[in-house]
Amino acid sequence: MEARHDVPILEAKELTRKFGDFTAVDRLTLSVANGEIFGLIGPNGAGKTTTIKMLTTLLPITSGSATIAGHDVQREPAAVRHRIGYVPQLISADAQVTGYENLWVFARLYAIPRDEREPRIQEALEFMGLSEVQDLLVKNYSGGMIRRLEIAQALMHRPPILFLDEPTVGLDPLARDAVWEQIERLRTRYGTSIVMTTHYLEEAERLCQRVGVLHRGHLVGLGTPNALKAGLGRADATLEDVFAEFAGEGESITGGYREAGRTRRVAVRLE
Amino acid sequence: MSQYASSEISRGRSAPPGRLSAWIGQAGAIIGLEARKLAHDPSELLFRAVQPALWLVIFGGVFSELHVIPTGSYSYLQFLTPGILAQSVLFIAIFYGIASIRERELGIITKFLVSPTPRVILVGARGLSASIRGLSQALIVVLLALGLGVALNFSPLALLGMVVAVVLGSALFSTLSMIIASIVKTQERFLGIGQMLTMPLFFASSAIYPISLMPAWLRPVAYANPLTYLVDALRTLMLPGEIGQFPLYVDFGVLIGVTVLLTLIEARLYPRMDQ
Repeated sequence: MEARHDVPILEAKELTRKFGDFTAVDRLTLSVANGEIFGLIGPNGAGKTTTIKMLTTLLPITSGSATIAGHDVQREPAAVRHRIGYVPQLISADAQVTGYENLWVFARLYAIPRDEREPRIQEALEFMGLSEVQDLLVKNYSGGMIRRLEIAQALMHRPPILFLDEPTVGLDPLARDAVWEQIERLRTRYGTSIVMTTHYLEEAERLCQRVGVLHRGHLVGLGTPNALKAGLGRADATLEDVFAEFAGEGESITGGYREAGRTRRVAVRLE
Repeated sequence: MSQYASSEISRGRSAPPGRLSAWIGQAGAIIGLEARKLAHDPSELLFRAVQPALWLVIFGGVFSELHVIPTGSYSYLQFLTPGILAQSVLFIAIFYGIASIRERELGIITKFLVSPTPRVILVGARGLSASIRGLSQALIVVLLALGLGVALNFSPLALLGMVVAVVLGSALFSTLSMIIASIVKTQERFLGIGQMLTMPLFFASSAIYPISLMPAWLRPVAYANPLTYLVDALRTLMLPGEIGQFPLYVDFGVLIGVTVLLTLIEARLYPRMDQ
């Protein structure tokens, strides 16, 4: 059977999620091509994480549909889970065990055959530059190392698509650059499609071929970072301007007190 | 386009060879993770030895002298030892859900839920992994009892039965604990409810006195309390002669039935921890 390059790796149609009367994501229609790095940007509460949770089978869809590599997210969750990797915004590596053990657990949860387990673990460690520290307890890792370990965990089963929720939040510039580099290498080496949410427009500009702007659950802008900037008709337009244009005046890209607390908590835990 | 992304898609990765072996591997991963955590930091297991020691040495010692609790041809310490083991299993398992809450506050639960592991395997294996702590308690209680000169039944079959009973009891109460965690979701409320539950479960069971001594209104509570059946199974298995109040199949039937029921309930609630 040939690989189906004609089917987009991700396709969402009229994807909607309501919490009571509140519509967190409203009729989102979106398609991501094989090998593409796609960025979802928007202020806090725009529906980025809700969208990702629906696409990764974690949250039931209120209406509409989505497929991953041709598999329906709601009707075939098991097939979808085998084909996706997900790195949540919060810390998802276990601090009480070693880096190697973190990978060992997920190699088994993903039912990687016994004889392939060890090579895959070593390959993931090496790819993420963690071979040296694999036997250290994760509580002794730096923030950047933890992030790379989490990405390693999410790609050991070689998913064709990886979801990254705010992958560099709370990282210092050096660690952030390292994570960016790994994301780009992931795509060039394995052709992994990536869907990432981000606050940092610089990050979207550097990594993403296309960007979707979410505002109050609506997809209000979609295109390459350059096309979005050109659409403003100003030579020096930045993605910040694009954002302000779509999100409306006075809308801050960084969140309020609650989000600040959350982000800082993540940062502290990553220390 | 890389080779692997395409080949993985074309191979259809959703059905790994042998679903059952995949499930066993997944359950083994969860239990193995717990074992490794405890191996890296066994301090909790050591601290947990203090409480059963106090109960057996001080409480057991005093009440043995008083002779106020009728235990037939058995010494009070004999009667008490299986009760204290059951209590230790309860106390260590009932706070197990705190781990779910901690993992929820981080993103660890998300990572488990996004893996292709069936929910019932995730929950069932976590229940079973709680028995590592339970079994370490069993070892401590048995060693204490031997040190105190309590005569126990050490036939291989009795020991095996004791291990199974401790595994079931640990799974039962840790799954109950995870259900509470799934409902209340915060550490503060969880600890409050955990504290509130332990003593009634303990006192409304036959752990430290026979049910026949209880006031009439308390007896139905004791019969509805799964801890009573754990105590009864352990007493039947650990002591020589015939002391059990129910046949073993009733004890094990109740323990298995309640554990399965709680596991099925928690398998529905657990995914909501992430929503």
